[in-house]
Amino acid sequence: MPNALLALMAVFVPLSLVTIGGGQSAIADMQRQVVEVQHWMTQAQFVDAFAISRMAPGPGSLLVTLIGWHVAGFWGAVVATLAIFGPTAFMIYGVAHLWSRYEGARWQRALELGLRPVAAGLILAAVYVLMLTLDGGWLARLIALASTGALMLTRINPLALIAIGAAIYIGLHAALPA
Amino acid sequence: MAEAPSHPRMAHRQLAKHGGAQDDAPGKGGIFRDSASGRLTMSETSPPHPSALQLFLIFSRIGLTSFGGGLSGWLLREFVEDRHWMSEEEFLNGLAISQALPGVNVKNMAIWIGYRLCGRWGAIAGFTGIIVPPAILIILIAVGFTTLERFDITHLALDGAAAAAIGLSLSMGLTAARRVPRRLVPLLVMVATFVAVGVLRLPLVWVVLGLGAFSVALAYARL
Repeated sequence: MPNALLALMAVFVPLSLVTIGGGQSAIADMQRQVVEVQHWMTQAQFVDAFAISRMAPGPGSLLVTLIGWHVAGFWGAVVATLAIFGPTAFMIYGVAHLWSRYEGARWQRALELGLRPVAAGLILAAVYVLMLTLDGGWLARLIALASTGALMLTRINPLALIAIGAAIYIGLHAALPA
Repeated sequence: MAEAPSHPRMAHRQLAKHGGAQDDAPGKGGIFRDSASGRLTMSETSPPHPSALQLFLIFSRIGLTSFGGGLSGWLLREFVEDRHWMSEEEFLNGLAISQALPGVNVKNMAIWIGYRLCGRWGAIAGFTGIIVPPAILIILIAVGFTTLERFDITHLALDGAAAAAIGLSLSMGLTAARRVPRRLVPLLVMVATFVAVGVLRLPLVWVVLGLGAFSVALAYARL
């Protein structure tokens, strides 16, 4: 079904180019394209796929892999994944290459120093938004803060941290009156 | 030779469990790991140039275990804090570039790290490792989703994991903030970015282009 594959590319390649600062910014547009324009999924199916992409480990943008799979099976998944991750991969590759080549150049130091506060602001803003929208209210926020403290003060392994966080959350949820 | 000549890998496991190991999780050896059983100390100093295969396995492992999100934080932990293969500064430079360029941050970061550590093949290893194994897994999860979703505990576990994973992002954000030059303009740019994106919810593209260009131009003039 080459038509479906082409359509997947036509939707996801342009989306991949506008995802500055992470894939989350493209979700709303993706939903519009997939549900309202292309009618590849119903709203409920899209919401399910979104939930799965949040549940699964790995990049959240693998949501597109699920959409591709839904539209055209194996090759749909492959094409959609390459469409969202591929084009910009060459861009960062080229920049990484130039970076090593012109190590220490003035423009490079300027970019490093100049982008640093922007990067820090972006990460903290993302955390802030996540904190506001976290399912589970104050309990979840408390766990987020405790986890931050544990990471900064100890050498705990992230996987252990996540497992402990999930276990504590389940435990407290069971212990506290709803 | 005196220390654990017969079970170098077991020793690694122990070290890894106690969180003191610079080196490896079980099963993924440093280049020097098994060169001689007596050279345990040698294997503890991390190899400066990991192989592409080793990078692929590390990125795959992170891709397959990073429940709750916050992948860049996992990468910082792995490559800077645990293995010391990159300096904090080098990592944060890459992160800033990854965020300023279009594309999914984590993927950009994986290519950046892979390239810095192992050239072209490292970049390919980073890209494929962080995407392909989790892409396969997510399809498997989708197939089992209706079963998984029926259990309340699935939702609770995922909410808890997502909460704990915020810690990875927040601690990375604090590390990045600590590295911002302590001068008025950079600090203002950081706060302005935070407010524009976090509070006002302005489109990222314009914030990065606007504040980024301003900040880089000033940095250039200062150098």
